[in-house]
Amino acid sequence: MRSSLISNRRLILLLTVLLTPAMQVLAESAYVTENSKAAVLERCVAPTDVMRRNHMDFLRHGRDDTVLRGVRGLEYSLAECIDCHASTDASGKAVSVADEGEFCQACHGYVAVSPACFQCHRTTPDSAAGRESLGYRFNANPRHPVGQPVDGETDHEQ
Amino acid sequence: MSKMYYRELYCGAPVRFWMGLATLGSIIAIGLGAAYYMEHNGHWVTGMSNQVVWGLPHVFAIFLIVAASGALNVASIGSVFGGPLYKPLGRYSGLLAIGLLAGGLMVLVLDLGRPDRLIVAMTQYNFKSIFAWNVILYTGFFAIVGVYLWTMMDRSVGKYNRPVGFAAFFWRIALTTGTGSIFGFLVAREAYDAAIMAPMFVIMSFSYGLAFFIMTLITAYIWGDREIGDLRLTRLKNLLGVFVGAVLYFTLAQHLTNLYVSQHHGIERFILLDGGVYTQMFWIGQILIGSILPLFLLYSPAFDKSRWAIVAASVAVLIGGFFQIYVIVIGGQAYPMTLFPGKEVIESGFFDGQVADYAPTFPETALGVAGIALALAMVAVGARVFKVFPETLED
Amino acid sequence: MSNKSDSPSTDRRQFIGGTLAAAGALTLAPGVILHALAANDKATAGASGEHRWGMVIDTNKCADGCSACVDACNSEHALEGHDRPATDAVWIRPVKLKDKQTGHVNRLVMMCQHCEHPPCVDVCPTNASFKRVDGVVLVDRHRCIGCRYCMMACPYKARSFVHEALSDQSVNAPRGKGCVESCTLCVHRIDAGGMRTACQEACEKEGHAAILFGDLNDPESEISRVLKTHNSVQIRADLELNTGVRYLNL
Repeated sequence: MRSSLISNRRLILLLTVLLTPAMQVLAESAYVTENSKAAVLERCVAPTDVMRRNHMDFLRHGRDDTVLRGVRGLEYSLAECIDCHASTDASGKAVSVADEGEFCQACHGYVAVSPACFQCHRTTPDSAAGRESLGYRFNANPRHPVGQPVDGETDHEQ
Repeated sequence: MSKMYYRELYCGAPVRFWMGLATLGSIIAIGLGAAYYMEHNGHWVTGMSNQVVWGLPHVFAIFLIVAASGALNVASIGSVFGGPLYKPLGRYSGLLAIGLLAGGLMVLVLDLGRPDRLIVAMTQYNFKSIFAWNVILYTGFFAIVGVYLWTMMDRSVGKYNRPVGFAAFFWRIALTTGTGSIFGFLVAREAYDAAIMAPMFVIMSFSYGLAFFIMTLITAYIWGDREIGDLRLTRLKNLLGVFVGAVLYFTLAQHLTNLYVSQHHGIERFILLDGGVYTQMFWIGQILIGSILPLFLLYSPAFDKSRWAIVAASVAVLIGGFFQIYVIVIGGQAYPMTLFPGKEVIESGFFDGQVADYAPTFPETALGVAGIALALAMVAVGARVFKVFPETLED
Repeated sequence: MSNKSDSPSTDRRQFIGGTLAAAGALTLAPGVILHALAANDKATAGASGEHRWGMVIDTNKCADGCSACVDACNSEHALEGHDRPATDAVWIRPVKLKDKQTGHVNRLVMMCQHCEHPPCVDVCPTNASFKRVDGVVLVDRHRCIGCRYCMMACPYKARSFVHEALSDQSVNAPRGKGCVESCTLCVHRIDAGGMRTACQEACEKEGHAAILFGDLNDPESEISRVLKTHNSVQIRADLELNTGVRYLNL
């Protein structure tokens, strides 16, 4: 067991060294797309570096809770990611988060990881009727209004 | 019996080998391109639909997988049942089995809606599903036959040949039972609710596998300018005759049982009498070409020791087998499911009560043919690289 | 780990530690972390085995020529046709029947029957087809490999395979090319506490009220009362699948 831990650690070290330049690029860019809801909000549902590092795990665990066990309205919801991060073009029309230079594609294109989510999930906010019936929209008011401190900032890093 | 020497198979004319391999390679390339086209556009570009959900790729895949299991027969007879005349053919039998299975699986996997998620199929198992078992059976088959080949080729592990041979024998019976069971346990569909499917698939595998074996063996020995003795071929030919007869018997049993159950009269009428193309495939393809013709070629004194007749019979068995699986897989789906016994459907939002249309398109055909090409290419390369074929098969 | 002589600089170690802790927390105790977070939020309780959701369809009330429920289902789940009826998604379909002997004519709608013992779940190799504790039979499209064995197994022809690439799906029903799908019993509404499916709503709006959704386990529910006082049938009852969708006057 111990030997495997060490080799894991070495692997992580190696990956860290290799990924450091990439990480720096990401760290330097405060990337939220303009004309998106996220652009005027203080912060995401968790601190930015946590989201950058772990969003895929948050989503993966949330998806099982929702699909298999019917738990909706979770803290981390892909539909809400898109509601908030999709930008709008000059005519006010929503732009796909998977388009060139948009929120998801910008990073995923850079690291050459294709986000499989959008093979099934839509890439723009759903404005069609019936969405209010969705469990994830239980709290209708915007979650993190500007200037309002979000409590439990450290709760997320357990 | 004199000592057997095995040697890599070199074609009399090297150009012929490389040209042959290049041809197979291009067929495979076309098949892969076709698979990409299907996956990229989605399955609407194929003949498959929500009505006929399994189409020609599945016919090819099941045909090859079943044949793969049967191709191992000769090796099993050699090492498990102690047939000295079959023993020298064991290595080739194993190689052909691996090749055919690889070809079949390639077709099966590339036709999935999400072939990129193959890893899910490897890591998530629902043990109530015969499909999940088949994933294990198919991958295990590669491993066991690989070890089996090793014990046949390497003297240092030769003492394990018999136990491994036994394991391989039981494994392949399980494999074909599993494949047949895919169609045995679908309670909803009248064509697929008979447990006879599993043993019938085992017998089908014996027949198709041996036909593939005989055909490719004779071809290989012509290519390599080597000799096969008549006695050995006669044994193989007689065995093929028995298997063809057994498949015919199982077919008879299947349809007779079904005819006894009035619930099944519809599907039997469809396959045997008025199913159009499926009825023709059954009578002309499976029965005439696949059973009667080969039995005639194999047993008629007129063709005694005629190699031409043996090869022709093998080809006929394979064509008939292909039609048999086509009728099982596609005919069984084309026949409408009875949702409302005693009622006639006058209007439906989704083809209730109607015979489903299915016409294979080029991409799915190309993918299926590529499976056969892959099997043959693997065999051609394997026989050239490994010492698979005895230098001579004189009696 | 920390007493190794070639240990990295502190901040880097912190980074690694953080990553490991986060990864560890997520892989070792996903339930803990998620539910702790969920507690902050207004997450719903999820499906409960106390309920078994089902439907009753009154074939006498299903009106000739009406397709309100089909249209409602299509718009609720953003099911778009391509004028290719054999490959387009069909989650709910009307069927008109005539008794061969008596000539009596019925009309009804067919959809996933949400069986208690669903054949599609039995045959699915990857557990993508599954039944929720509240009896709703669904496809987890994160696991579906598109083998279509469930479509072979379903006695009701209830499932569709997505034959083409999609975009602009509804949040109500994320769906995509290469996966199998079927009626979800409007599970997004159930989870949000809604007690009517899109098809029922549309049917009522048309004034037919042929579809009634509800909890089969709750003796007080309307559906239970109707089923208790009326003779209902299951389609292909011979298979003993104990369907969640029942039919009146068939």
